[in-house]
Order: sequence, then structure tokens, then C-alpha cells
Amino acid sequence: MKFTLSWLKDHLETTATAQQVVDAMTMAGLEVEHVDDPATKLAAFSVAKIVEAVQHPNADRLRVCQVETRDGRKEIVCGAPNARVGLTTIYAPIGAYVPGLGVTLVEKPVRGVVSNGMLCSASELETASESDGIMELPDDLAVGTPAAEALGLEAVIDFEVTPNRPDWLGVVGIARDLAATGLGTLKDVRVAKVPGKFPNPVEIRLDGAGACRQFSGRLIRGVKNGPSPVWLQQKLTSIGLRPINALVDVTNLITYDRARPLHVYDASKLTGGFIEARLGREGESFEALDGKTYAITPDMTVIADRSGVIGLGGVMGGLSTGSAEETTDVFVESAWFDPIQTAQTGRATGINSDAQYRFARGVDPESLVPGLELATKLILELCGGEPSEISVTGEALPRPAAIEFDRGYVRKLAGLDLQPQRIDDILRDLGFTIDGDVVAPPSWRRDVEGKADLVEEVARIEGYDALPALPLPEMPPIAGGVLTARQSRIRAGRRAMAAKGYAETITWSFTKRETARLFGGGQDELVITNPIASDLDCMRPSILPNLIEAAGRNARRGFPDVALFEIGPLYRGDQPADQLTSIAAIVAPRPPRRWDGAKTDALFDLKADLMSLLDDLGAPTASLQVAQSGQSDWWHPGRSAALRLGKNTVAEFGEIHPRILKALDVEGPILAFELIVDALPEPKKKATKTKPALELSPLMPLSRDFAFVVEGGVAASDLTKAVAGADKALITQVRVFDVYQGPGVPDGFKSVAVEVLLQPRDKTLTEAEIEALSAKVVAAAEKAVSAKLRG
Amino acid sequence: MTAQLEAEITAAIDAAADGQALEAVRVAALGKSGSVSDLLKSLGSMSPDERRERGPQINGLRDRIAAAIAEKKAALEAAELDAKLAAERVDLSLPAPPRRRGSIHPTMQVMDEMIAVFAEMGFSVAEGPDIETDFNNFTALNFPPKHPAREMHDTFFLPEDANGERKVLRTHTSPVQVRVMHKVNEKLPGWIANGQEPPIRVIVPGRTFRKDSDQTHTPMFHQIEGLVIDKAIHMGHLKWTLETFLSRYFETPDVVTRFRPHHFPFTEPSAEMDVQCDRSGGEVKIGQGTDWLEILGCGMVHPNVLRNVGLDPDVWQGFAFGCGVDRLGVLKYGMPDLRDMFASDVRWLEHYGFSPYATPSPATGLS
Repeated sequence: MKFTLSWLKDHLETTATAQQVVDAMTMAGLEVEHVDDPATKLAAFSVAKIVEAVQHPNADRLRVCQVETRDGRKEIVCGAPNARVGLTTIYAPIGAYVPGLGVTLVEKPVRGVVSNGMLCSASELETASESDGIMELPDDLAVGTPAAEALGLEAVIDFEVTPNRPDWLGVVGIARDLAATGLGTLKDVRVAKVPGKFPNPVEIRLDGAGACRQFSGRLIRGVKNGPSPVWLQQKLTSIGLRPINALVDVTNLITYDRARPLHVYDASKLTGGFIEARLGREGESFEALDGKTYAITPDMTVIADRSGVIGLGGVMGGLSTGSAEETTDVFVESAWFDPIQTAQTGRATGINSDAQYRFARGVDPESLVPGLELATKLILELCGGEPSEISVTGEALPRPAAIEFDRGYVRKLAGLDLQPQRIDDILRDLGFTIDGDVVAPPSWRRDVEGKADLVEEVARIEGYDALPALPLPEMPPIAGGVLTARQSRIRAGRRAMAAKGYAETITWSFTKRETARLFGGGQDELVITNPIASDLDCMRPSILPNLIEAAGRNARRGFPDVALFEIGPLYRGDQPADQLTSIAAIVAPRPPRRWDGAKTDALFDLKADLMSLLDDLGAPTASLQVAQSGQSDWWHPGRSAALRLGKNTVAEFGEIHPRILKALDVEGPILAFELIVDALPEPKKKATKTKPALELSPLMPLSRDFAFVVEGGVAASDLTKAVAGADKALITQVRVFDVYQGPGVPDGFKSVAVEVLLQPRDKTLTEAEIEALSAKVVAAAEKAVSAKLRG
Repeated sequence: MTAQLEAEITAAIDAAADGQALEAVRVAALGKSGSVSDLLKSLGSMSPDERRERGPQINGLRDRIAAAIAEKKAALEAAELDAKLAAERVDLSLPAPPRRRGSIHPTMQVMDEMIAVFAEMGFSVAEGPDIETDFNNFTALNFPPKHPAREMHDTFFLPEDANGERKVLRTHTSPVQVRVMHKVNEKLPGWIANGQEPPIRVIVPGRTFRKDSDQTHTPMFHQIEGLVIDKAIHMGHLKWTLETFLSRYFETPDVVTRFRPHHFPFTEPSAEMDVQCDRSGGEVKIGQGTDWLEILGCGMVHPNVLRNVGLDPDVWQGFAFGCGVDRLGVLKYGMPDLRDMFASDVRWLEHYGFSPYATPSPATGLS
């Protein structure tokens, strides 16, 4: 919503400057977005008079002028054809920034004559888009008058109207709030009746189906339409509206002045002697004032006469009945259209007119007749004519309900200590009526529904600066911290991953549907119906695709060696329980070449990171099973595994399948893991902070090595698990220290060497006992995986 | 005679160049048939008087020779070790195996900072799902159906289900207010808030979604929501809480804030808080200057919202606030473009990321 200071002063008696108005608006909740102040922009420019103009000695088309300026008499070189003696124009001194040229003036000779400033055209001041000479101003303007004042340019204030305050879409509404804040006094904004001279000949019909609640209108005959007077044109152009003709300009003026949209019809073009507001009919269409044809649907309110649809109620009038310069009889419509329906029609047609914007937010239901009277008064003044009586059909929306209001509630809810008298004064200034404990909102304040709304009105006008700042009541500290065990676990996981050398990133919760399908997702219920981009149209089933694509982008920028992780949601469906928290990491194992030639399989580095992360998360790592079958199909089938806890898959890790990398256009190999936090058992809250007693054995641990030959396909973990199970009391750990295939081991078999750590419990083990244990180890290995001790 | 022998042996010890030569000297002197051993053996055939005189001389000779050999042996070993170590020298200017440096994303660091600040004020952390019902995201929060305020949220929609209802990607963290206050008879995972008796004091960090993208907007962003419900909590408490939060978050006592009226459907009265800053140099400096920057929205929980979650607004009242986490991160740490936050450029992550050990705490500061 835009307005100028002088327009505001039509309704507000005040001496406030634009800045004071802006400040008061801001503190009353009218959020100013922008102030375009020509006085600031054109501060360097002022009125000057040419007293002498002679031909430039070295240039045919230049004149050397002696100019009377704010800074005294100046010699200025000017190329404009109208630079002549006696001309009153605009002068810019050396150092001024000329907006239309984008340059700052410097003192320099023009063909040998120094120019001490510049005489300006309208386009150079950006007050017109083009001009064919320097400005020609009235002779009575005093030299030195600031340019903005001389040109009648005013500051334009643009502010955001919140949806609860449609009354701010008229300057009167703004003036009323500012008057309440004490910035000035609201002038009398009442409208006098203009008596009708004859019965209104246009019958107004409502369909009774709720298309339009109330409709009023009158005919004014014998008008002389044409361009509106300068004051009206200036007023409209000052806020960026285009003057059309006096009749239309009057409606636009009232739209912005009173937040009351109107429509004017050329009565000679109406057919059938009636005008009707009804719901649209399938198959109807209509050509609007914007020249476009719109299809009508049955949920739109249309204005019709015998010829059919001639307007979209509250949205836009039609071309066939629009008023033009030759219009002599005009029918003025002032109606009330439903906000929700108007908003829907606006959305369906894409029309966002000033009328549509206001009706969609809610026009004062009691403004029909006053708006019509004001329009009549202005039309008679500008165009003459003779008005009919006013016809009103339908019922106005009832007033908002009155509110029982205990003034003490201001203190209870806002913490603001105000005298009841002050509270009532504020409410009255805003148009509320007060009867004892009952406060009735004015017709234009349909947003006020309860006592909390009244507190806001009072606090807002008194000023939020007046609110105290009081500390919250002390609360006993929450034992164990404010985070839940799960939240603490995730937080620990984040810091742990960063400590392991992974850079945390955050990627979109969405991905491309085709990509989601590659990762087991892409269900219908997870497709976004209005995505921001076609490749972000589906909720992600995994974080991995986003990380893989991120690795690809980094590689294309020349950074192929990345280690990234993200902790965030993935979506297996649209129910709350379908949102899981994942810790996903990827490594593009392309480290710089090494001088020492050291080489390990990076997949085991990644596995180490995953296992250590699980430890950091307090997961029962000893109970985890590595399963190299049944993992998801986006993994390399031979170089990936799932980590299972019972039947639950806690994590999957490995190399990404080349098929996936090809689909995502990323070069491999890419190693990754994805851990589902929700699959981990909840960390247990311990009953006591005391740790269990530490039992230290006085006996030396010892170790024995075994080399087994097993079939090539046997998982090492099956062997170590069997060995560890041979004597759970004595064996504390089993470590694989060598895997060998080659001469000495039959084809299709491998040798797996393990170190078994033993911790004697209550006495040193004898050689015989160790021998017996060794035999149990060998037997267990044989039983579980047909392992033979290597000879 | 012993003196001459001692001199010869001592000279031989001195001359021994390595352990092997020294051992030969030892065998020649102290071995089974060594020169000194022979002398010791000769004691047996001496008269007692002679033995009394020669005994100490020969034993002394043996002890001195043995000591000299031990000393020489230690010296030879030390020299040998020195030589061995000198040969083991490596060029330690060669690079160590590379170890990657990890980092924490600034948004997550900022979340942890905010949680630390609010934890001290007694707020715990509540969470809710990203895919929400229209009821929780709008209706329960007093957005009337089809109201223009809904349109201002640029909502992402999921398809209609069999009942004609369509889920939305939550446009703010405020639906979690509803979940915190309103218990539903639905089996929910434990991490999702589901009904809590007042008094309530929670913050809600999380992902939020709006269909918007430019230098200061991304289709996904993060918000942190606050909710306090009790019997006598008023706007004065809200003002203190936010002023305290901002001054602690920006880690300067010079933060100047301004509280001004605004409109949100789910709060009444509603407010926005601005922070004073200097924008003259192209970047925003908090705690200086005369410009104002909107930083968060807040207000007293609307009576309709309380009613919608089954609380009596004549008994319970309180405040709620919400602010953009990424944006507050940008203001504190100076990233020029919000979109870079979610672009995963490793150079950006390394530059703007935080050390894993920079855990916000009252002892070490927030970052």
C-alpha cells in the first residue's frame, strides 16, 4: 500500500514529517517497507534562472549561459535547444550526482569553456522517462527553491498491510491509527448525502444464493467525462496509478482513500434495464477490462445484464460496459463481495486488481452507501450530471460481536500498567464504542474477536516500548540436562563424525522422484504436487543420493577427494512414524598420491569409522552382525554389508553400485554408510551415576595364534565368532591378523590366522589347560565353518 | 711384574675397537687360562706369607681389569647405539599420512548455541515431523481455512489422500506447539512431542519448507520455535526472554533490540523484534549503527490456539516465538548468500564450518 504525506494530511491534522510518520507507523504495527523521498534524492538540485545565453565560441550547438543560482551567478555550458534568456529551470552544482545520467558532475572545460554546473532535463532528474530539453518551470519560482518542492514531488511511503487489517488499504484507516498514537488529529471523514433527483432506473437483482451479500448503486445522468483535473491525476500518479478518465479515476481515488472499491458502468451499454449479481454458469465467458477473456465457473460471482456476464464481482469489470470519454450516463456500483470467494476467483483467473485485493481481505460492510455518496459528490464536481436515488439490495454483514472486557486483562496479558481511562481513550480513538464493561468493535475491524485482540490494540497504540522486561520465573534445573537421551546421542554422533574427519553438510529433504526410486522411495504419497523445481519433487528415502550428487558437484569443481556426512530425516511414508533420522556419510576415496606408497582398502577405513561411531553412540556393537547378503540394491553386491541387531538393520555400508553412480552421473568409486538412529535401542537412563566397580585381574593375560584353512566364501566373522564361543569365560578377544590365499593353501580355500586373547580368572593356566583350550578352539572352528588347522 | 701385566692389559682394553676384540682381551686376561687367571691360580701354591702379600695385589689387579673391561664395554655399546641411531635418521619434513579435517555445519552449530542459551533458562527441546497435517500447520494455529494468511506461506503440498486431505511440508515449526500442548491417541515414535501438561517451557528446532528461493530464501530452512505456557506469563516475560536470548547469542551486551507490533494468526498480541545494526558497509554488523533488522516474530499464544489444544485461555496463557536459524547464523558469522548453506561445497564447509570440539558451553563461550 502506497500513499503520500499530503494525502495522509487530507485526513490527519498534523505537522509531522515523513520520517516521523514512518516511525509512528512502524511502532503501531504498520511495517514500512520503503520510502521513496524525492527531497532526499534531489537534494542537490534547485531552481535557477538563465540571465544570459550566448553562442559557444567553439561549438555550434552549445550555449554559454550566465545563470542565477542558489550558489550565486555561474557560467554553465548547455547543449539544450531551449536554453534561453529568462528561462526558469533546474540547476545541479559541481559534485551533484545526476540520477538519470548516472554520473557525478566534475568541473571540466567543455570545448575550452569551463562549465560550473549543469542545467537539467526531466529525464536527467528521473521525473520523466524522456525529455527534449532542460526543464521549463513557472517564472514565479524563486531561485534556490529545492527541486522536489518546485516540481511538487512528495515522499511516497510503501508499507506491508498485514492480512488482519484491510482498513489500512485506505488512507483514512492509516490516519485513524496514527491519530490514536498521538501523531495528529483525525479530520472529519464523514460523507454527506447527495439527494437523488429521480428513482434509480436500473433494477438491482441478487440471486439469493450467496453470490453477493449486498449491492447498492445509482445512476448519474448527463455527465461530461474526460481527463480528470490535475490534482486528481497527480494524486494517482504520485502512488504509481495511471489516470484513465474522470469517472474511473474517482473510483480509484476512493479505493485508495477509503479502501472502498467501486465500479462505474456506461449505463447506455447496459441491456435489459437490470444489473444482477449471481453465481457463474458453466460455459460462460467474459472479456475483462484488461482485454483478456476469462472462462466462468459456477463458484465465481459474476455481474450480469441481459447480454450475459459483464463483470467478475469485486474482481474486474468488463470491456462491453466500461465507461469511456463519451459516457454520459453512468451507473455506479458499490457492493460487498465475500473475501474467500473473491480470493478464489482471483487465484483462478490470475487477476490481482486493487478491488480484488481489497475484497479478498475484507471491505468494511458498512461502507457501501458512504462510498457511493462520496463517488457521487466527486463525479458531480468533476463531470456534472444528475444523480438518481440510491438502491440498496441485500443485507449488510452483521457487526462483529461486542466483547466483555475487564481492563485488568491488559496488565495480566501484556504486563502493562495503564489507567482504565487511558485504555478506553485508545479504543475510542480507534473507533470502538464502549458501554461499561462491553466494548464493541467498529464495522471495519472484523479481526477483533476477543479480549486478547483488545489488549493488542491498547498495547500497540500505547507502544511496545512501554512494556516491561521481566525475567522468567526460576525453574529447577532438569536433572541430566534438558536434552533427551536420543537428542544427546544425535548431538554426540554429529561431533564424533566431524572428529573422524567428515565435513557436515545439510542437503534438501527432497530429491528427484526418479532418484528416490533408485533408493527404494518415490511413492505417490511422497511426491510434492507443487515442487520448487522438477528435480526436487519427491521426499528423499535416503540421504545418500544427495550426498553422492554433492560429491559429484565437488569433483566437477576440482575437489574429488571429499568426506561428507549429514544427520537428518529420511521419509519412508507420509506418517509421522515414517520419518527416520539417518546418519549418512560418503567418502570419495581419491586421496592425494602418497610418497610412502602406503595402501589400504579405504572400505575398511570407512568400516572403522562406522564401528567407532556406533561405539560413540553407545550402540551395543558387540551384538552387531555383519551380513553380506540381503542388503539394499544400491550397493555393490560384493563390497557392501548390512549391520544387523537381531532382525533390525541398523546400518548398511559399502561401495555404491556403479549402476547408481551412472544414473546420478557421478564418477566412482564412492564409499558410504547410512545408519538409522531409530533402529538403535534407546539409550538407557541409568538408575545411578555411580559406575560399577572395576575388577582388575592380578593374572597376566596371554595369547595364542591359530591359522585355519577355510573355504574362500566363509566370513571371517563367522570363524572369529565360533572361536570366541569356544570358552566364553577365558577368551576375551579374537583378532584376525592374516588372511592368505596362494601356494600352500588349496584352490578355493583361504588361510585365516587369528590371535586369541585369554584372561585367566582365578589361577594361572597350566600348559595342559592351555592345550585343552586350544583343542576346544579348533573343534569349535571346525564345527562352525569346517575350518582345519593349517599344517 | 703385575704392574707390567696390568699396563699391557689396560693398553689392550683401550685398543679394543669393538665388542669382539674386547672379549678377546677379556678371555686373554680373565678367561680360564688367561694371564690374570693364571696368577690367581698361582696363589694356591704360595706360602701363607707370600700369599698374604701377593693375594691382595693379584685380586686387586683382577678387579681393576674386570672394571676396566666393563667400562670399555659400556662405552663401546653406547658408541654402537649412537651409530645405529644415526643410521636410522628419517626426513621428518616428509608429510605424514593425510588426515582429513572434519567440521560442523554452521546451522547445526548455531542450533547448539541456541539450545545452550535456552537450556540455561530452563527450556527443553521438543520435536515434530516435517510432513504435517493441514490441521497442525494451519487450522489449529488459527489460520482460518482459505484465509489469505495461508497463501503467504508458500506451502509445499503432498497429494490428497483417500479422505481428500493433503499433507503439507510444515511451513514453520509452530505445528510442534500444537503437538506439545495437545495429546493425540495415535501411536507416535517417542521423539515426537505428544501432549504435555502445563507449565510448559520448550524450544523446537527443525527443518521448515516454503516455496521460495533467492539470496535470502531457500525452499528448505531451519527455524527454532519457543513456547512458554503458565498461569501468569505475559508480554514482559516474552520481551525479557528475547532480549536475553539475543544478547547471549550474539555474545555482546551491546545488542539493542526493538519490539514492535505485527500480525500472526496464532498470537495475540503479536510482535516482531528488530535488532539494531549497521548495514552501511554492505554487511550487517550487530551491536552498532542505527539501522534496524527484523529478526524474529512472536506474541502471546492466541486464545483460539489454546482452545484448539484443549487449554482454557482464562487459566493458561503464555508466549511463543520463532526465528530463522540459518539467518541468525548468517548474521553472526557473515555468510553472504543463504543458498550456499545447502550447496555442500567443501570449500564453503571448510571455511564456515566449526571444529567438532567447539561445543557451546558457559565455560568456553558459544563458539
